[in-house]
Amino acid sequence: MSDTRDFDLAETSVRELNQFLHAELPGSEVTRINVQNPNGQHSIGAGLDCPVEVEIHGHAGYFIAGMNKQARVTVNGNVGWSVGENMMSGEVRVKGHASESAGASAHGGLLVIDGDASSRCGISLKGGNVVVAGDVGHFSAFMAQAGTMVVCGNAGANLGDSLYEAVIYVGGSIDSLGADAREEPMEASDVETLRGLLAEANLEGDAESFRRVGSARSLYHWNAEAHQEY
Amino acid sequence: MCGIVGLLIRRPELRTSLGQLAVPMLDCMGDRGPDSAGLAVFENPLDAPALRFSLYWPGGGADWDALLEQHRQVAGGDVTLDANADNGLLTSPVSPVAVVEWLEREWPGVDLLSVGSCIRLFKDEGHPRDIASRYGFESLAGTHLVGHTRMATESMVSPAHAHPFTAGEDFCLVHNGSLSNPNSVRRRLQRRGIVFQTDNDTEAGCRYLEWRMREGDSLEEAIEASFGELDGFFTFLMATAEKMVLVRDAFACKPAVVAETDDYVAVGSEFRALAHLPGVAEADVYEPSPQTIYSWAVVDAAATQTAAVVS
Repeated sequence: MSDTRDFDLAETSVRELNQFLHAELPGSEVTRINVQNPNGQHSIGAGLDCPVEVEIHGHAGYFIAGMNKQARVTVNGNVGWSVGENMMSGEVRVKGHASESAGASAHGGLLVIDGDASSRCGISLKGGNVVVAGDVGHFSAFMAQAGTMVVCGNAGANLGDSLYEAVIYVGGSIDSLGADAREEPMEASDVETLRGLLAEANLEGDAESFRRVGSARSLYHWNAEAHQEY
Repeated sequence: MCGIVGLLIRRPELRTSLGQLAVPMLDCMGDRGPDSAGLAVFENPLDAPALRFSLYWPGGGADWDALLEQHRQVAGGDVTLDANADNGLLTSPVSPVAVVEWLEREWPGVDLLSVGSCIRLFKDEGHPRDIASRYGFESLAGTHLVGHTRMATESMVSPAHAHPFTAGEDFCLVHNGSLSNPNSVRRRLQRRGIVFQTDNDTEAGCRYLEWRMREGDSLEEAIEASFGELDGFFTFLMATAEKMVLVRDAFACKPAVVAETDDYVAVGSEFRALAHLPGVAEADVYEPSPQTIYSWAVVDAAATQTAAVVS
């Protein structure tokens, strides 16, 4: 049994939609949700926690599919700040561009941006995977702790600043690396991981041509003699 | 937080709808700035030496007829006044310096909000929706406008502290963000004899840019110079008689979204402020890059009409 529900946000509020997604959807027959007229509104589909397909038709606002668990959310348009913020599992796909802090603090799951992501993409990543088909802006993967970020295009300034154990793969150019981020050799296991992620994201790309960025781990211990120069 | 909006019309037939298109933008951005709001609208230039003087007469005691009558005697010529609640637009051939002196002498309760051949400025306290309705923004026509919805963080809530700020003629600026060195910028400008009306950080930025332009910089050159002088967070949206200009600081943590079509260029803090615009689903929608100057020129209506006639 599969059932589809349609929500038109020109007529229904985001709060009503999210209340349905949280309270009535789990355990129901509904497997697919269509959301029309998002019109840049915030928090659409935040807090999902069941295996459902959600399709948002148009440009959406901030915090789309935040805290997502299990669900597959697709946005046929651009999104504002912090798409997939603190995602735990599932998949979020943006077919347009994403604004700042895409995938911030995501613990699990897969976030795919078909266009460009703006600054601070993957900030404080905690185990999720973020794959960007286009470019990412400055300070992406800032303080990222675990998980993987893939940038098929170019990365802006200060990539991977204060990076912990997350790994970044970049297909294009890197404006500059942030403090403590360094380019590392691509091993066979990296190519394998990257191929897997590109396939999962349904993106083309020559995994062997990517570069790996990881942490030099020199900021793990405070060095008073560095005088804040890193 | 604050919200900014801007709209520049590219298809001259849409100019009569400028206010109607902009009111939902301001209303929506009231979520980001509910304490006060303002709007600067630019119309076709007046024939010299006439200028537009936007006046604000708070307190409900406005006797605009008396003010107009008295200015007519001072000016001795062609003077008009379009009064709308506490806001009045005086057009007059009298020089700005003489108008300021006349207001201070005869009408000390009246604030001069803007001066220029094209600009008309409104600002007031309250929710942007209420301000739009108080001053009839829906019926405004013109080439372009910039507006602001304020959530005060660094100086008091008052009409004078609301944006847009102006300096000189036909120049205004709205700001989402906060400057961290406005006091030193203000002191340096004051030593050059530049007079400030408030302690607001945005006024310091506005007067800095206008000072650079008086020193011979283009607006774009003034902005380039400001990167080394103005410290802090900003998305600045500016307008002159000829253009609308947008810039974000290097960190770009204050938002902005642009939507461009053949008919208009629209700027908002968030896309939802633009979602009602006609054809926005097909528009080129993008986020402006950090420390990059975006400048959109006003299409010359007269030139467009001439071209249409020739073809």
